[in-house]
Amino acid sequence: MCLAIPAKVLSIKDDSADVESFGVIKTVNVSLVPDVKIGNYVIVHAGFAIQIIDENEAEITQGYWKQYFNEND
Amino acid sequence: MTNITNIINNKMLDNIITQINKLSKKLFDKKEQYNFTNSKNITNIKNITKDKAIQNNNFSFNIMEVCGTHTMAIAKYGISQLLPKNINLISGPGCPVCVTSINDIDKIIEITNKYNVTIFTFGDMMKVPGSNSSFSQQKSIGKKIIICYSPLDAFEYAKNNPRENVIFIAIGFETTAPLTAVLLNKIYNENIKNLFIYSTHKIIPPALEALLNDENINIKAFLLPGHVSAIIGLNPYKFIAKKYNIPAVISGFEPESILKSILMILKSYVNNNPDILIEYNSIVKIEGNPTAQQKINQVFEITDSDWRGIGKIPKSGLDLKKEFSNFDAKVIFKIDPIISKEPPGCECGNILKGIKSPLNCKYFGKLCNPSNPIGPCMVSSEGACAAYFKYLT
Repeated sequence: MCLAIPAKVLSIKDDSADVESFGVIKTVNVSLVPDVKIGNYVIVHAGFAIQIIDENEAEITQGYWKQYFNEND
Repeated sequence: MTNITNIINNKMLDNIITQINKLSKKLFDKKEQYNFTNSKNITNIKNITKDKAIQNNNFSFNIMEVCGTHTMAIAKYGISQLLPKNINLISGPGCPVCVTSINDIDKIIEITNKYNVTIFTFGDMMKVPGSNSSFSQQKSIGKKIIICYSPLDAFEYAKNNPRENVIFIAIGFETTAPLTAVLLNKIYNENIKNLFIYSTHKIIPPALEALLNDENINIKAFLLPGHVSAIIGLNPYKFIAKKYNIPAVISGFEPESILKSILMILKSYVNNNPDILIEYNSIVKIEGNPTAQQKINQVFEITDSDWRGIGKIPKSGLDLKKEFSNFDAKVIFKIDPIISKEPPGCECGNILKGIKSPLNCKYFGKLCNPSNPIGPCMVSSEGACAAYFKYLT
């Protein structure tokens, strides 16, 4: 339920941002992370970015998940 | 034109939901073969467990996790089985779907019977049993119940269908409450008159205190939820160490993160220096997310709340403030009081409190299974019973 997925911010317009996660581009609401900038990594919960994360950690996490998905495809 | 837009929107929504379901299915399906052979965390845990402080304990060293995603990860990677025998991981009330009061479910069902409304809900809620029905059963008899991925899906739908009265079922802990707050702001600012919120939001720290005050539960430490803490930060947990002398660690979700957090807990205990620590520090900041906290405070007031299986916990729920009562489904869609009845013999209450393991329930795996759940812990993919059923049977 509190599952959140890391994603990279590609563009921002008002309260919305296009983010990329596992090659999928989605629009999410960014009003809970007012300091967000293009290129940041955020964690996304139910269509909202809820926190900005540091890039190294996002890559570690995404790398780990990507590996998981590939193994199980 | 509106109809075409709706069809497209619904199709897009369906696609998104399918995608998300696929993702979570992949995440939660199958027992993960993770190689722990070289895990320094396990070696260190084994070494520290030899310390007198832990060996001298007459009881097992019970660590309670309070997050459904942790419950699933622990079961999936078989983490309990890797730990020394006297370290015992127990599941607490970390699954929002499981702790949503049966009375709230009954009331929402009664609203769908009495009024012509469209319900927007997260998918996990569909099969949760009420006293006599579930959202799923209501849908099968023709009530309009739509599964959404984001609270904002309800907003778009209500905007495009001004003749329908739409209710968003707001469930979840502090992770999800700010999303509902943003939704309410949008309803208010854009003067939407046909979208209402039924809040069953709950907050975690008062539930932890209730468990610590329960003499039947012997908790030595907490593994604290990652994404709840991304919002609230570290300070709301400080009472755990200060008042109860118990260590707690905010943990990430990867297997080594969970092991590292357990190690941090044991170190803190052995050094007789119980503290609240952050392992998931890439995401959880000490101050949490102040913007999200502000949004919660703006829209909600703290109330007493019923936790399924646990009972009433003082100051543990979030209801809409009176100034927003025009948008409060509980105020607008009046119904008579309902006396709810839990399924007899269901052990979900004791399981949610960590007093019993799912394996101690006579229904587990037999009469109660994921296709035919009796209690909420078997319904939600994050419930302790569902996790046990999937990975440990």
